[in-house]
Amino acid sequence: MTSMTATPTLTKKDFESDQDVRWCPGCGDYAVLAQMQKLMPTLGIPRENFAFISGIGCSSRFPYYMETYGMHSIHGRAPAIATGLKLARPELSVWVVTGDGDALAIGGNHFIHAMRRNIGLKIILLNNRIYGLTKGQYSPTSELGKKTKTTPLGSIDRPFSPVAVALGAGATFVARTTDADQAHMGSVLKRAAEHEGTAFVEIFQNCIVFNDGAFAAITDKSVRDDARLLLEHGKPLVFGKNKDKGIRLRGLEPEVVTIGEDGVSVSDLVVHDEASEHSGAAFFLSQFDAPRLPVPLGVFRAVSTPTYEGMNTQLHADARASRGRGDLAALFNSGDLWTIT
Amino acid sequence: MSVTQAAEEAGEPGRAPSRLVEELESVVIRFVGDSGDGIQLTGTEFSRAVAKAGHDFATHPDYPSEIRAPTGTLFGVSGYQIQFAARQVFTSGDAPDVLVAMNPAALKTNLSDVKRGGIVIVNSGAFTDGNLAKAGYKANPLEDGSLGDFRLYQIDISELTAHALKETGLSKKEIGRCKNYYALGLMLALYSRPLEKEEEDVRRKFAKKPEIAEANVLALRAGYAYVDSTEMFVTSYKVRTAKIAPGTYRSLTGNHAAALGFVAASERSGVPLFLGSYPITPATDILHELSALKHFDIATFQAEDEIAGICSAIGAAYGGALGMTTTSGPGMALKTEALGLAVMLELPLVVVNVQRGGPSTGLPTKIEQSDLLQALYGRNGECPIPVIAANSPADCFDCAIEAFRIAVKYMTPVIFLSDGGIGNAAEPWRVPDPESLPKLEVRFRTDPEGFQVYARDANLARAWVRPGTPGLEHRIGGLEKDFLTGDISHDPANHQRMVEVRAAKVEGIAKDIPPLEVDGPDDGDLLVVGWGSTYGSIVQACEQAAAEGRSVARVHLRHLNPLPPDLGGILKRYKRVLVPEMNLGQLSRLLRERYLIDVIQLSKVQGKPFKVSEIYDRIIDFS
Ligand code: SF4
Repeated sequence: MTSMTATPTLTKKDFESDQDVRWCPGCGDYAVLAQMQKLMPTLGIPRENFAFISGIGCSSRFPYYMETYGMHSIHGRAPAIATGLKLARPELSVWVVTGDGDALAIGGNHFIHAMRRNIGLKIILLNNRIYGLTKGQYSPTSELGKKTKTTPLGSIDRPFSPVAVALGAGATFVARTTDADQAHMGSVLKRAAEHEGTAFVEIFQNCIVFNDGAFAAITDKSVRDDARLLLEHGKPLVFGKNKDKGIRLRGLEPEVVTIGEDGVSVSDLVVHDEASEHSGAAFFLSQFDAPRLPVPLGVFRAVSTPTYEGMNTQLHADARASRGRGDLAALFNSGDLWTIT
Repeated sequence: MSVTQAAEEAGEPGRAPSRLVEELESVVIRFVGDSGDGIQLTGTEFSRAVAKAGHDFATHPDYPSEIRAPTGTLFGVSGYQIQFAARQVFTSGDAPDVLVAMNPAALKTNLSDVKRGGIVIVNSGAFTDGNLAKAGYKANPLEDGSLGDFRLYQIDISELTAHALKETGLSKKEIGRCKNYYALGLMLALYSRPLEKEEEDVRRKFAKKPEIAEANVLALRAGYAYVDSTEMFVTSYKVRTAKIAPGTYRSLTGNHAAALGFVAASERSGVPLFLGSYPITPATDILHELSALKHFDIATFQAEDEIAGICSAIGAAYGGALGMTTTSGPGMALKTEALGLAVMLELPLVVVNVQRGGPSTGLPTKIEQSDLLQALYGRNGECPIPVIAANSPADCFDCAIEAFRIAVKYMTPVIFLSDGGIGNAAEPWRVPDPESLPKLEVRFRTDPEGFQVYARDANLARAWVRPGTPGLEHRIGGLEKDFLTGDISHDPANHQRMVEVRAAKVEGIAKDIPPLEVDGPDDGDLLVVGWGSTYGSIVQACEQAAAEGRSVARVHLRHLNPLPPDLGGILKRYKRVLVPEMNLGQLSRLLRERYLIDVIQLSKVQGKPFKVSEIYDRIIDFS
């Protein structure tokens, strides 16, 4: 290659692999794949420097469809595998694509520890609140009372919120979006891509076969504006079709108010601060759930903290600065030696 | 054995001229006390002292799994046995010639092992009513004549140490902790070792706490002087130095040796090493050692669990590092699924299992070799993995390099079996010239021309591609894949072909295995086949039997999967085959199944290594 040859500009097509996509027609995963393939060429990263790692589940087929490096591994372990890859090769852009069962049930431990360490992985969780690949059992995010094949009388498992789990584990970037809002998903994924450290994105994903309409209230254009709350940094928490509803604090309790009624003005509303040092505000938002409160979408938290791989690289640099590059003969000949002649 | 006047020793300082010096071929000493008594330290220090004097030695640390078991109890007893000799030493010895017991519980749990007529040195100060009761003694054994078969030396080490340290201003508790150095001083004097080097070592070891260093030196000197200043010991002992190959030596445990071997594998291949591991007894020291070597191309990662340990190593291997993980039995069980993934991905990976007593949590600090069949077969599907085993602490170094040699050449995970005996025991290691070590050839594929993800070379290995290489973007995974492209394939014939090629690849490693070294006659009555840490006991038992004219030969296996290609022929040259193993016959089963021969099993599963005599007794039954 000569210096004249500029790096070719990549397009979405360059990130589409030759494999037939095998999700059910109408599955929300298609939209995520399309957004991802669209995002990749905009990041200024050579294609060969991307790696997609997944576990098991419908969403975990994802890497096969990306024309990047990738691994479809074993159930729940993708964050652990990706951690090893990122530590060995910090210069790579490493993405984990996972699901609610993969990340929160069988792989819960790896999921929380990746975020605790703040290792530079992008963890995209496609939450469809059901087990799709095994044909319809309840998942850790299925709602109480949910009837599935394994809960014919309704689930008695309390669900947890992936966003709350991520925040509890100390994640430095936490966001939520839906498969139905392409523009929103695209912007959230871009923010995640640019974050240093672990970036966690929950995507509400419709499983058309086993849990169709699970997020209809939030994604259906006719009703969604009253059910969702689009987070914007530095802006008050306003929502509703007419942008006339807001969130006000009474003590530590959030309440929905209508702007202009009972003397409520925008200045009474909570202002979203994604960069808040502590994650309390973000956690507060993570507890919002329908029907009492609108479901927040967007970036809950984005703070800058040293990354795990960065600190690891620094440790190695420091060790070399103080001890010099390791020398095998010197290592062998250290400690208590004696000579036999 | 010759007895000479101590005048020979005139060069050494502080020796009383009147004492007899008895010359010995070999000595077995066992230090025993509470797990908080510093017994392991005393033993380690003593072994260093004899090593520096030019002896060969072997050790066996034996400690409870509780870090600080209640003092004075039977289950809290910690021991360290060392054999050193004027010849090559293979084991820590069957029965101690000398027992140094720091309290009644230590005496009670160890006395039955001591040779009749052997020396028993007790810290009489610890034989209080309370301690006697805790040990379950109804009467004081120092007084009731029950030790009549032994040469008993009662020394109030507690009191003498306190006396020696009374000016130091240390607390009673701190002074109590110096007792082990008093005992070490006693033994160094009794075995005619100079004091100065040890003093230097103590000062170095406790450099950060000079007042403790000085207290330990005082205790050491007091113990040393005790032998000379009292009439108690009429004889001191001297073991001639062994004929050892010339060279520079250091004392290494198996875990430390393995760590150095892994560094060597990285340096000799030019590929960074990545260890993902979760702490587990008795394997953790490998993680400790490598964690301290960040000035090499070595990354260590203490994972959140055993599964993350191996998975992170798989991720690193995918990234082009020498990925490895270390564990012991229960952790191995947890890694099973990921091992299957590594087999499917065909990436190089080394998994070290420092075996311990099982099943389940079993005996975490005790020795056993019962994970052989797990290593070979413990996975779902047809899932072949090469298996090698180290036979001694120093051998762990070579096995670490061999494990990575196989892993990178054949693009496969490799299981390296060690055990708690080897891992924690020390022996002299001859420091090699790094240039003399094998170079590991690693060539990452960079050429996109004609690239097929699962195309294979003559060794049936696929290409190793580092992410970041333009034009070679590809996906791999745990699903069955096409023979050539690596795309997902559910084709029945393709699956059979892939299962067979994965098996053939591992079988093909046999061509690299050097011819076995048979020690003894080429044919005859009996062949003893061993693997792993039974090596020392087997060698000595065979030597002893052969010296008496028995028709016995022996062979020791490093490669357990695949087995060495010449093993079948060798087995058939002897009338009988004896396999001593610290399990219920796992290698025996393999040999029977593979070679259709009968095998005499000799099993021991007591958490202790074989005694030479236990193997010897079986040898003479059949030769
Ligand atoms: S089962 Fe559900 S989640 Fe899975 S591919 Fe089909 S629609 Fe998508």
